[in-house]
Amino acid sequence: MTIKDNGFLATRRLILQGAGATALIGLGNLPFLAPALAAANDKYPEEAFKAKNEADAIKVLYGKTPEASDKVKMDAPEIAENGAVVPVSVTTSLADVSSITFLVSENPVALVASYHIPAGTVPSVGNRIKMAKTSNVIVVVEAGGKLYSATKEVKVTVGGCGG
Amino acid sequence: MASTIRVRATASGETTEVQALIQHPMDSGFVKDAKGEIIPPHFIQQLTFEYDGKPVFSADWGGGVSKDPYVKFAFKGAKKGDDLKVSWVDNKGATDTTTAKIQ
Repeated sequence: MTIKDNGFLATRRLILQGAGATALIGLGNLPFLAPALAAANDKYPEEAFKAKNEADAIKVLYGKTPEASDKVKMDAPEIAENGAVVPVSVTTSLADVSSITFLVSENPVALVASYHIPAGTVPSVGNRIKMAKTSNVIVVVEAGGKLYSATKEVKVTVGGCGG
Repeated sequence: MASTIRVRATASGETTEVQALIQHPMDSGFVKDAKGEIIPPHFIQQLTFEYDGKPVFSADWGGGVSKDPYVKFAFKGAKKGDDLKVSWVDNKGATDTTTAKIQ
């Protein structure tokens, strides 16, 4: 019984250590590996989807902060009648784009979607997102290893996250 | 089972425009049902479009993407009649894959 318990504990410790190490490596290398991985099938950014606000989500995802740019053009409605389906699209004139990320600052989870753009793919994405209430929608474009963003407030008359 | 993925890929010149519509509840885990019980999270986490064995577009999604998600993008280098492979995996490990002919 004692032996069995020890064995179990040891295994559990090993797993925990392993998980911790992987998390550290993942976070540490993220900014440097991002361009190289953009073309590959990436690992799902679990931690970024747990961040409560947009600044934390961007930090976990990219490891740096974006600067506002008028080269990032976001198309989103002024007023969304239905927060469950808000069409948002983005295009950019920036060169060497490797990813485009959508965030809603007032949602329970700020990060909504992150798209990887390999070379040869047009840096333009359209999708439909949920909005809990009136909020800023933020789009982050990663281009040439730097981050650029555009922000727009969308008024929501009926929230899309229940309640 | 019929595919959950509907894709339309149209080539004009160098560029192929892709629109995809996927049937999925995309439950965020924050919404309560009529009885006041939380609907557990159930959403697509990753969506990948492959052309010629290489990813041309991929998405990491959270529960903030609308039900029956729609996505639109464009890429260069494909021609009419070529295959475009689309696949997704959700947070419960379910997957679906389809291959569309570029028109």
